[in-house]
This record gives sequence, structure tokens and C-alpha cells, in this order.
Amino acid sequence: MTKAGFVIANLFRKRTRTILTLLSVIMAFLLFGLLQSVNSLFSAGADFVGATRLMTQARVSFTTPLPISMLPKLAGIPGVARVAYQAWFGGVWQENTPLIMFSTDPQSYRDVYPEWVMSDAQWQDFIHTRTGMIAGKQLAEQYGWKVGQKIPISSNIWPKKDGSKAWAFDLVGIFDGKDEDWKKRTNLAFIQQDYFDEANGFNQKGRINFFILKLAPGANAETISKTIDGMFENSPDETKTQTEKDFNISFVKQIGDIGLIVRWILFAVFFTLLLVVGNTMAQSVRERVPELAVLKTLGFTDGNVLGFVLAEAFALCLFGGLVGLVLASLAGAMVKKGTGGQFQVTVDWSVWALGVLAIVAMALAVGLLPALRARRLRIVDALR
Amino acid sequence: MLSQALAITGIGIRSIPARWAPSLVIVVGLAGVVAVFTALLAMATGFESTLKSTGRKDAALILRGGSDAELNSAFDRDSTDLIKQEPGIAQGADGKPLASGELMVIAELVRKNDVKSGANITMRGVDPTAFALRPQLKIIEGRNFTPGLRELIVGRGVQRQFQGAQIGDVVRMRGSEWSIVGAFESGDAHDSEMWTDINVARSTFGRTGSSSVLAALDGAGGLATLKAAVAAEPRLTLDVLIEQDYFSGQTKNFRQTIGFLAGVVTIIMALGAVFAALNSMYAAVATRSKEIATLRALGFGGFPVVVSVMIEALLLALVGALLGALIAYVLFNNLTVSTLGQNFTQVVFNFKVTPALVARGLVIAVAIGMIGGFLPALRAARAPVTTSLREQ
Repeated sequence: MTKAGFVIANLFRKRTRTILTLLSVIMAFLLFGLLQSVNSLFSAGADFVGATRLMTQARVSFTTPLPISMLPKLAGIPGVARVAYQAWFGGVWQENTPLIMFSTDPQSYRDVYPEWVMSDAQWQDFIHTRTGMIAGKQLAEQYGWKVGQKIPISSNIWPKKDGSKAWAFDLVGIFDGKDEDWKKRTNLAFIQQDYFDEANGFNQKGRINFFILKLAPGANAETISKTIDGMFENSPDETKTQTEKDFNISFVKQIGDIGLIVRWILFAVFFTLLLVVGNTMAQSVRERVPELAVLKTLGFTDGNVLGFVLAEAFALCLFGGLVGLVLASLAGAMVKKGTGGQFQVTVDWSVWALGVLAIVAMALAVGLLPALRARRLRIVDALR
Repeated sequence: MLSQALAITGIGIRSIPARWAPSLVIVVGLAGVVAVFTALLAMATGFESTLKSTGRKDAALILRGGSDAELNSAFDRDSTDLIKQEPGIAQGADGKPLASGELMVIAELVRKNDVKSGANITMRGVDPTAFALRPQLKIIEGRNFTPGLRELIVGRGVQRQFQGAQIGDVVRMRGSEWSIVGAFESGDAHDSEMWTDINVARSTFGRTGSSSVLAALDGAGGLATLKAAVAAEPRLTLDVLIEQDYFSGQTKNFRQTIGFLAGVVTIIMALGAVFAALNSMYAAVATRSKEIATLRALGFGGFPVVVSVMIEALLLALVGALLGALIAYVLFNNLTVSTLGQNFTQVVFNFKVTPALVARGLVIAVAIGMIGGFLPALRAARAPVTTSLREQ
């Protein structure tokens, strides 16, 4: 019998116990996978922003608009390569589904965000169609929008000149992300600022929520931020400029302490699990003290015996953990599909990496004590 | 038979300390499940109770049609005055309509546990009537703002959660400095707001009108009268809502999200706990197999054995559940947190561990204990006496 075979045979000498323990481990890692992916949704979230971009908003809050007339001043600052802007439209699909929708200037937006992938023909259509709209792939798929359709969308903020809030836009393009991180974020849509500004019935014209500044290679983001904020200090349109990454982080943080709560749950789950599996391992070693002594009598070294017990712990944790993570991946995909992409629960490689780390840590935590006990065992005592 | 069951249960329970490790697994497993379940739902309950206690049944909130939230709503000054004159609105002691035009804007403050990320705070510009419409709001420190001056009063929740919101602090907004002169408490969602004079807010934020009008309704028929009057007004497209309904309606999304999370987490954890409990109880009956066989040989029936094992599992589960509820209570009850509300601003609320939640946790624990005890109990009762007695 090989050593591996011996370990497996030992695991199955108490079949019920092994299966039940395995199932607990599977449940724990299923939960681990799901919660960890939800957690990364709430906490980090901003690592995907590779390009150096700055976001300039009103200092008081990004909900207070800034005048577009600031743009030439921003564009003139050394180190700023291109300036785009976005204004919140407050789009609403059908009865009551809010959409992430901005008005923008198509050409400069395209220059600043090379991460969106769309054919040149569609970009040209967006630039040249006043009533044009482009939508992210996820969004378009969720509501079944096709290029060429007229999409009726209302705004919960902006009435048109006739006082009605029912707008309609021509879908001229559907964009995708350049990689996984950006593909996940294709749940938004854009319309033309020029058309929006002309058609909206409010007296608030030429105002937007953010400027997005693409920096020239080698430009110092911090210096430029300070220059901008210094430029508008003490005016009603005081600005706050930060990197896109910092902006995204603070945006996600607005949701609050949910990430903290999720970490608490993970802690509770793991503590519970540690006890369950740890107890099983300890018990199985306790029961087999005479057998282990026989092994040592037969000439197996202390190290061998330690290895056997640790290998059992590893086998349990590894098998249960991997099955749990696979289940989590499947469940995550189901949640994503079931909620139409609203909950982006993706059990990606980073969750898997953490999961494997957790498997190893857990196997050591539950296996080491019994294994050491097995190694220290003195034959005479054990056989008595 | 009952006395037999009691006797065996007694023996079983007294022997728990001798085999504490597997018993501890049940207790800890259940404590984990119940603590997580209670904590998550305590968050949802706290959020709900804060918003549901906000607003009156006899007041109407008037927004621009199709706005959903005060943040999105706006009308000019003429419309504001026009709305206040509509029939159906109660009159104050001075004979003027008991209605307050309010302007909602957003300012950023930094959380206490953060360095620089700004969080959105509701800043509400109000008419003097606003205080008469919300009698629950009391200034508890400092004084009220002086109309015409850049002065703020801040809610208790804002003070607890965010930096730079104490009396004497200065908030910079749009190139001007505002001093905080007072703190108020209302025990509802307004605790997450900062208040100032509506006219000062208008001039600072370059706005001419207001976001909403809050109006006390004139008797039971007030709402219908007001709604009919507004609908007949060609210059206005408005939504008229009962103030309390407006705030209660904001809890739906949060409740759904947290309810979904709590459901999934609890089901998975509960399954894990069932497997662990089964394991422990199998181990428990295995260690006691000789003793149980002896009792059977002495004439004890199989049913009392089943009952005793079940009772033991249930007791352990209940101890675990109580421990879990206690952990949730100690760690989370009245814990103050904040999250984004409907207006895209922070709503500060406290976790609420209520007796009803604890009771639900206990029910879950009992169910897990029953399942975890049943199969091992059957095995214990069915084991052939002779074989068990011969085992080493």
C-alpha cells in the first residue's frame, strides 16, 4: 500500500464522520468564496484603474455642478493632455429602474477613456448624432437594446422644454471593456451634452458634475491637483481634484461599513469551522493512538507518523475547500445572472488565491497539534 | 417511559463534561450561525426603524413629478409659494399655511475613521415653519441658526459619525465659511442632516427655488383636497406623498439586499452547522454506546434513548444560540453605522437586536438541533445490545 493510499484508507475508516466533516468544510468555503467576492466589491474596487486620470468636482459635493466654462483653464495647465466631462442625467428605464447615465462630449470622452472598446464607425455615429446614445454591453444586453433603436428613457431630474420628463435617444453604439475589470463595468450609458443642454427645460445650462483630466506622460498628479484647487479657491465653484482611483475608493466607501460587517461574518465562519474540523482531527488521532504506536514499532519514523496525520488534515481541507470554491464560483455566476448584473459577485482568481491560502492555513491550524502529538507518542506508553 | 427518558437524559447531560470537545462543537457552531443571523438582521431592523419613525401621517411631502427623491426634485420660488397656498394644507396659529419650503443640497464630511474620503451629508435649508412641522426635533446643545447668517445646526448622528461637526467647527462650502452653532436630536432620519436658513442656502448654492414643500394636512380629507387641487393646477406637475410613506418607502431596497445576504449566509452556515452537529452527536452516542447498551439490557426502551439524545442535542443547540445572540447583542446592539440612502446621502442608524430577532435565532437553533440529534438518536436506539456490549 502506498503512503497516499494509506492516508485515504485512514480517512474512510469512519466514513460518516469524514463525509460530514467534508460537507462542513465545503459549506464554509462556499460561504468564504461568496463573501470574499462581495467584500472585494465593497472594499478595494479601484485597482483596475491603470491610467493616470484626475477627477475634478465641486469641493462641496459632486452633486453640485461646475460650469463647463472652466474647461479651457483646466486644459491650459501644463501636464494636462486632454479634458473630458460628465453630467449626471438621472435616467430611469420603464417604470422605476434607475440607470447610470451621463451626458458628455463624445470626442473628448473617447480620447480620455481608451479602455472602452467600440468600433470607429460607432464612435463617429455618436459624435455626429445629436440625439445619439451609447450603452455598455451589459446594460444593452440586460434590457435587450439593439443599435439603431430609439430608446425611451425618462429622467428623474431633467424635464424637457415642454415640461415632460420622457426623453428618447437613438442607440448608435454598444461599447465593451478592454479587459475583465472593465467589462464588468459596462453597465452605464452616455448621451451628448450639447443635445441635453439645448433640450433640457431647466434654466441650468452649461453645467456638469465632473471634469476628467488625462495627464501627459510623466506629469505629477499631486502638483496638478493642487494647482487646480488653488486656481478656484474662494470662488463659489471651489474644486476638489483627486486621482480617479481615490475618487472611486471614496465613492465605494459611501456605502459605509458593509465591508466591515462582511469581515466579521468571515471571522465568525472561520472560527466555527476551525473548531469543527480541529475537533474531528483531534478525535481521530486520539482513537488511533495504539495504531500509531504499532506503525512506529514497525519502523516508521516520528516524521512519517507526523506526515500521515498532517496529510489527512490537508486532504480533508483541500478537497472540501476546492469543492466549496467551485460551488461558490457557480453560485456567484447564478447570482450575477439572476440579478441581471446588479450584484457583481464574481469569484475570480484573487478570491481563489485567498481561498487556497485559507485552505493551507486551516489545514496547518487543525492538523499541526494532533500531528505533533502523534510524533511525540512513545511506543511503550501508547501500547500499554 | 417518561421517567426512563428523564433518567437517561440526566445521565447523558451529566456526562457532557467528560466529552466536552464534541459538545463544544455544537455550541460554537450554533453560536456562529445565530450571531451572524442576528447581527445582519439587526442592521436591517435598525435602518428600517430609523426611517419608519421619520415623518408624520398627517403631513404631505410635495415633490416635482417623477422625482422619487428630494435630491432630484426642484421647483422655482413662485411654484413654492403657489404650493403653500393650495387648499388642504392646515393653517398655523398665525393664520399662515403650516408649510415649509425646503432646499436639499449635499455637502461632504469625512468619516471619523477615515482620512480624506468625503461622504455625502444632507444639508437642508428650511423655513422657520420647519420646526413647527417636526416637533420631535429638539436643539440639545448650543442654539438655533440665525436666519440670514451662514450658520448651521447639525444632527446628533452626523456628530457621532463624522469629523468637524462639533459646535464651533467651521464648514467650507462654495467659497464661504459656515459656523456650527448648535446640535439637534430628533430620533429619526433628520439626525443625519445639517440644517440652515433656506435663503442663505439658496444664495450660496446659486439656487432660486426649493426641492420640496412639507405641509401639515388639514384634517382627514386634507390629502385628497390637496391632491385634487394640485392635479387641477396647469402650472405644476407634482407628486404629493404622505411624509411617513416617503421615508418608509426608502427602506425597501436596503431590506431586500440585507435580507438576501442574511438568507444566503444563514442557509449555508446552518447547513454547515447541521453537519457539524450530526458529527458531534454521532461521536457522543458512539462514546456512550456501551452505557446505552447496558441501560437497554436493564430494560430501558428504545424510545427514551431517542428522546434523551434529542434533548441533549437541543440543549446544546439552545446554549449555542443564546451565546450567539449574546455575542451579537454585546458586539452590535446600538452600534452606530451609516450607509447611502435614497437621496444619495448618508443615513446614520443604530443596529437593533430585538427580542423578535433573538426568538427567530432560537427557532433556527432548535431546527438545527432537531436535525442534528435525530439520526444519531436513531442509531443509538437501534444498535444491537449484544454487539455494543461486546465492543472494547
